[in-house]
Amino acid sequence: MDLHESSEDQGFRAEVRRFVAAELPADIRAKVLGFLRVEREDYVRWQRILDARGWGAPGWPTSHGGCGWNAVQRNIFDEECFTAGAPRQMPFGLSMIGPVLMKYGSPQQQARFLPRIKTMEDWWCQGYSEPGAGSDLASLKTRAERVGSGADAHYVVTGQKTWTSFAQWANWMFALVRTSDDGKPQRGISLLLIPMDSAGISVRPIRTLDGGHDVNEVFLDAVRVPAANLVGLENDGWTIAKYLLGHERTAIAGLGMCKRLLRRLKEIARVQVRRGRPLIEDAGFRARVAAIEIEVLAHEWGLARLISLEQAGRGLGAEPSMLKIRGSEIQARLGELLMDCAGPYALPCLEEALTFGYDGPTAGGVELNALAGLYLDLRKVAIYGGTNEIQRGLIGKAIVGT
Amino acid sequence: MNFLYTEEQQMLADTVARFVQAEYGFEARRKRLEASRRQAPGYSDALWTQLAELGLFALNVPEAHGGIGAGPVETMIVMEALGRGLVLEPFLTTGVIAPRLIATHGSAAQKDRYLGAIATGGLRFALALLEPQSRFDLDEVATTADRADGGWALHGAKAVVLHGDSADRLIVSARTAAAPAGITLLLVDARAAGVTMTGFPTLDGQRAAEVRFDGVHVDDADVLGDVNQGLPLAEWAVDQGLAALAAESVGAMDKLTELTCEHLATRRQFGQAIGSFQALQHRAADMRIAVEQARALALMAAARVDSTDAKQRRAAASAAKAMAGRSGRFVGQQATQLHGGMGMTDELACGHYFKRLTAIDMTWGDSDHHVERYGELL
Repeated sequence: MDLHESSEDQGFRAEVRRFVAAELPADIRAKVLGFLRVEREDYVRWQRILDARGWGAPGWPTSHGGCGWNAVQRNIFDEECFTAGAPRQMPFGLSMIGPVLMKYGSPQQQARFLPRIKTMEDWWCQGYSEPGAGSDLASLKTRAERVGSGADAHYVVTGQKTWTSFAQWANWMFALVRTSDDGKPQRGISLLLIPMDSAGISVRPIRTLDGGHDVNEVFLDAVRVPAANLVGLENDGWTIAKYLLGHERTAIAGLGMCKRLLRRLKEIARVQVRRGRPLIEDAGFRARVAAIEIEVLAHEWGLARLISLEQAGRGLGAEPSMLKIRGSEIQARLGELLMDCAGPYALPCLEEALTFGYDGPTAGGVELNALAGLYLDLRKVAIYGGTNEIQRGLIGKAIVGT
Repeated sequence: MNFLYTEEQQMLADTVARFVQAEYGFEARRKRLEASRRQAPGYSDALWTQLAELGLFALNVPEAHGGIGAGPVETMIVMEALGRGLVLEPFLTTGVIAPRLIATHGSAAQKDRYLGAIATGGLRFALALLEPQSRFDLDEVATTADRADGGWALHGAKAVVLHGDSADRLIVSARTAAAPAGITLLLVDARAAGVTMTGFPTLDGQRAAEVRFDGVHVDDADVLGDVNQGLPLAEWAVDQGLAALAAESVGAMDKLTELTCEHLATRRQFGQAIGSFQALQHRAADMRIAVEQARALALMAAARVDSTDAKQRRAAASAAKAMAGRSGRFVGQQATQLHGGMGMTDELACGHYFKRLTAIDMTWGDSDHHVERYGELL
């Protein structure tokens, strides 16, 4: 057992920290750390800065232009980027469809799509959930009929996807569609790559509690998709989807986000005042901050342990589900504490002031203005990526064995 | 970082596990406990000797003094295994705290006198730091030591001295100058004239003593560390204990969660295993998560309790103990509930684990105390 970060890893951490400090544009940093709206162009700009440094695809093997980093390095990279205020690298291309194409994609698909993921020339969105298929994803109903033959072979896709993050910015969607009704529902699902500018696609924004617009409904009305855009075999989409879920399972922990929120909480609690003293010196509030910091530490060490075990070849069972639950609960609690920092100024919420550069009036300042929205928004982490109840079910079944 | 045991560490874990398997069957333990808990020592001298023969008391003694010179990771491994077995012999103070404290802060004469004896299991220590009015605060010291007869005269009372009534030596904090500094650690013979020891059983069937000192004479040679510099030493010593207790509680709650899952898989109602009910599965999942949180911080404490950075050491020890307390309470309470009526009886291991976890939480600072202490370091 060696419970200290190796000197190589320490050196790598310092290198990443220096790079992010020097290269992350100040306006992007201010948006991210101030919980302001981050635009499409911000994500793309940062991704291209990383890619120019050779760090565009941390999780990819070098054979596909990735960094070839191990899980420890990827975790360090993620943590340093997050705490320094970098926007997250969009996972839909890099962590989802990219690895799937590497394993199941045709050589043509790999050559066509992989390089454009790294540079974000393509913005991918994920067409999984449907109004009637959330946790029970296999009950999805969006239909794809195969018609034509030879060069004209194509699918006609009709149905509706929902909770599609950034569909309004995406030019591609990878979607699970039903290609057969035979056998178990899981058996008749296929994975298709669909251009978002196809005729028959319309995108309706869904406003979330914080007034933000990340998620959408996507309607598909007889959308024509070339058969060459099928990934893997027809009716084999469920296997592929499961592979995708099993990929980078420790990344689900959200440790970098937890650390960013914790750091901001302490900064804000040092500035806000109660009875003439910094809020952080208030005994009750300080105990709450201490308690959540202890939980973040447990999350950090739990993750480090799992990464170490995984690298040693131990299969991870239900442990990633625990990381998901803890990471989401910690983020939600930090959101609460951040809002609590604002006291009565949690109430006024001016949407315009969430745009970087806003210089009009606010009730309690731009910083406090963002905190209630953040609290509301962070409730989502326990819901997406498999609700915490689904995760608890997986853990329960694994350890009780019934 | 590498969280896998080395070969030696695995052997150590196996050694203790074998001891537990041979000597700590539930019924055997329960029988011994019934017989022993009402009077000192409150555990088996024969098993104490066995632990010594296994080399466990030599673990934290430096090699130069006949020991193994291992560190907090090995301590963690042993404590976790002892926790899984609910072992009654009090390894912690004599096997971890006293040798580490004397090896790092003791005089040459003290090292010669005590470390060899500790390594063979021939001398037992207890930590007498808390007082009736102090709750868990180590700086609340009313016991006094005044200059007398070329040494010190000790007056006062110490509270809840774990296994005080089977100890040969007490590590006592006494006020030797005005607050806030002015605390000195003394090594006191537990059978010296003027020491009154009243032992009581604890909630988990172990022993603790209320101790009075009425003019007890202590030689200058028995001052541990420097005069008036005892508070940082006491904190250091307790921090070593906190890290070890956190590991013990991980062992206990891990085993208790396993027992609970077994119960859920085998107990049948309504024609099916009760573990097939989602409400109970989710409860078991939360227990597992609580164990892993405690384990993560027990590991962190093992990594940092040796740190020369006092702030880092304190933060790690308090974080680990706070989490051990919180997780321990949660796991104990849930296990009792999920075992149903049987969880309330003395006849099942479940309740014994619950009691030990509760006792660990209330030892040297409960969860609230350590969250507060951690908060002071923010």
